[in-house]
Amino acid sequence: MSPELGNFALALACCLAGAQAVLPLIGAQRRDPRLMAMAPALAVGQLLALLTSFACLVNAAIGDDFSVQNVAANSAVAKPLLYKITGVWGNHEGSILLWALILGVCGGAVALFGRNLPSALRARVIAVLGGVSAGFLLFCLTTSNPFDRVWPAPLDGQGMNPLLQDPGLAFHPPILYTGYVGFAVPFAFAIAALIEGRVDAAWGRWVRPWAVAAWCFLTCGIALGSWWSYYVLGWGGYWFWDPVENASLIPWLTGTALVHSAIVVEKREALKIWTVLLAIGTFSFSLSGTFLVRSGILNSVHAFANDPARGVFILGLLALVIGGSLLLFAIRAPALTAGGMFAPVSREGLLVLNNILLCSICAVVLTGTMYPPFMSLLFGKTISVGKPFFDATAAPLAIPLLAFMGFGPMMPWKRAQFWPVLRRLWWAGLLTAAAFALAAWRIRDILPLLAATFAVWVIAGSAADIAERIRLFRLPLGQSLHRARLLPRAALGAALAHAGVGVSVLGLAAMSQAAHKIVEVRVGQTEMLAGDAWTLTDVHSAPGPNYTSLIATIEVRHDGRLVTVLHPSKRTFASQNQTTTEVAIHTNLLSDLYGVLGDRHGTDADPTYVLRLHYNPLAPWMWLGGLVMAMGGALSLSDRRMRVGAPRRARLAGLVAAR
Amino acid sequence: MSDTAAPRPASTTRRRVLMAAPLVVAGAAGVGFWRMLSGMTQGSFDPHDIHVPVLDRPVPDFALPDQAPGQGFGAADLRALTRPVLVNFFASWCIPCVAEMPVLNALKDRLPIWGIAYKDKPDNAAGFVRRAGNPYARIAGDLPGLTAIDWGVSGVPESFLIGPGGVIRWHTAAPLGEDTIHDTLLPLAASLTR
Repeated sequence: MSPELGNFALALACCLAGAQAVLPLIGAQRRDPRLMAMAPALAVGQLLALLTSFACLVNAAIGDDFSVQNVAANSAVAKPLLYKITGVWGNHEGSILLWALILGVCGGAVALFGRNLPSALRARVIAVLGGVSAGFLLFCLTTSNPFDRVWPAPLDGQGMNPLLQDPGLAFHPPILYTGYVGFAVPFAFAIAALIEGRVDAAWGRWVRPWAVAAWCFLTCGIALGSWWSYYVLGWGGYWFWDPVENASLIPWLTGTALVHSAIVVEKREALKIWTVLLAIGTFSFSLSGTFLVRSGILNSVHAFANDPARGVFILGLLALVIGGSLLLFAIRAPALTAGGMFAPVSREGLLVLNNILLCSICAVVLTGTMYPPFMSLLFGKTISVGKPFFDATAAPLAIPLLAFMGFGPMMPWKRAQFWPVLRRLWWAGLLTAAAFALAAWRIRDILPLLAATFAVWVIAGSAADIAERIRLFRLPLGQSLHRARLLPRAALGAALAHAGVGVSVLGLAAMSQAAHKIVEVRVGQTEMLAGDAWTLTDVHSAPGPNYTSLIATIEVRHDGRLVTVLHPSKRTFASQNQTTTEVAIHTNLLSDLYGVLGDRHGTDADPTYVLRLHYNPLAPWMWLGGLVMAMGGALSLSDRRMRVGAPRRARLAGLVAAR
Repeated sequence: MSDTAAPRPASTTRRRVLMAAPLVVAGAAGVGFWRMLSGMTQGSFDPHDIHVPVLDRPVPDFALPDQAPGQGFGAADLRALTRPVLVNFFASWCIPCVAEMPVLNALKDRLPIWGIAYKDKPDNAAGFVRRAGNPYARIAGDLPGLTAIDWGVSGVPESFLIGPGGVIRWHTAAPLGEDTIHDTLLPLAASLTR
């Protein structure tokens, strides 16, 4: 019964979304307050219907209702409860429903938190969200309905891919999707602004919190995904430039650019057209990423059940959403009025530079990702683009980005000079020079060396920014602390987020010096790696709940002193006939000792084991930095100005017209 | 950026063209994706397909030792051919190869099949052929797997149709099925015989 209820709720949500897409738009055009007032009600209604639907699917999964095809294909009685719940979004149909649910939450959030918006703008924003939602719900209902029944119902389900039975992966998709889908709100604001034909400072202020919130989630999602591939896949790597990873990185890059260019719109009313385009582009890339991953066009380790027929539907949807919005942009954007002027050397100028560099990196990643399928289509050649290409192209663009990031926040608006700003950063420069000397001693390659140096520069610059603002050491400490309390949280958040970038880049640079070794050893044998002695002392097998594992014991000693004992293991799942490796990681936050148990060779009397040993310096910093970035974003979201006191638009608009 | 543009007619046109550029780029990408998708549904485009570098070229140089119970062969033997031959890479450790064996045994009377045991210990390969029924006229052993690399083999089983003169005419990276044999392989072999 409950799957039918879920199906009905899904269909109801689709109908409500359709109404939400049309009625408020007509209302806003005719200035009909009753039709405009329907927007929030419809958005909340759609959200409730989607919540019901999702709850029904979770209920079916928990209750082992194998008459539901999706549950039968992805769950099993023996699966732990946590994974029965999280397994709901571990497959194509369920993840599309989750996607639609998050989009519904976005619509509901605009309805609830957007009370200070002008009613026409709010109606249009909610209508655009409703339109996107209606498309995806239609996709869900027609081509990938999670409530499809199977008859006769099997006694037990087929179970889940053992690789996915992991807490990290369980919570990764909701966070990542919230990031992807969250950019639908800035997108809807951009479309609403294009329909109205007006972008002003107030618009910039309204759109920024949504962009920052989505950005925080996307940052967390990417960091979590990278961390997952690091400790689950057991390849010792953290980022493989896989198309699926790139599909999340591309909107992150344009989203980061959006977060920055929206500041210029808010403060200076410049870069308006560009910001609108970034808002459209970021969501378009999020959507395309979803599409490309699921259509099977891109070769990836993340194998969703690829279905080209499904891809055709999504492609049509994308053509409508992206093509439609870009068409609107092409028609309306040329009419948007020009805003404030600024000198090339100024805060705005540096933010423009930030946008150019971020978008260049984005273009490079996009090229590298799309080159293989287009080569194959146009010239029938199979090629693959991998790490060497991305390292050689993205890194040289990232280094100037870091260099400017270090002092960008200290530049005055409108017109500035480099020298006075840099002079105030003398101690940060000194620190950076020291970091360069220290890094040059350990790192031989030029790109990681520069990256590490400028990462220190960014962290020092962020600290200097805050120190300058509270006049640390120039006023008595008490007064400085008082100033720190009065400091806008947005400034603190920005500094924290920048420092987070620095921390991540330090981790990335240090990881270029990671050492690893693949060895075949007998029990009792010792191998040296990065100054540590790794001894395989024991290998034994042990039964698990639905697998048997082979567990190795590796003792790591440094100068004869026991550092840690690692227990990497290998699990064999009989039901899926699959083996997974369980990596053993010992971290002291400065480096990871990472051991993987590989195949068993030799005879039964004299077995040998393949071990992969990694020494990963500063590895945890990469993800820690991501967390710090997201915390910075969250801190700036908590700024009072983001929530209240948005300027009344009429007065401002009058000022702009008078200019 | 373009905010500083003065409202002159010429620059208005330029603005319009500039603002339409994203639409054009997205449209071009969309057409590309549509062609990929329609190619995937029709089977003419497969991004997971590995293009064999040696297709329509003479077989790469190699000479492989005997693999019991057959006689080994090399590039010279294939180039001396006057009739088409199917070269089949197999291994005893490969489950799809087991499934392919009955099909090959049914095919061997209509098209000679030469086998290459890929990364397989000679004893295991011999046992495998004995158990499954030997479809191979000749069998060679490629224990190090180096010849397979030259042929562009991505996995076993993989089959190559060699035309007269030792030219690789056709290739599949999937186990052979009745349909493929009757619709593609045999007609192609017949056309090469003439």
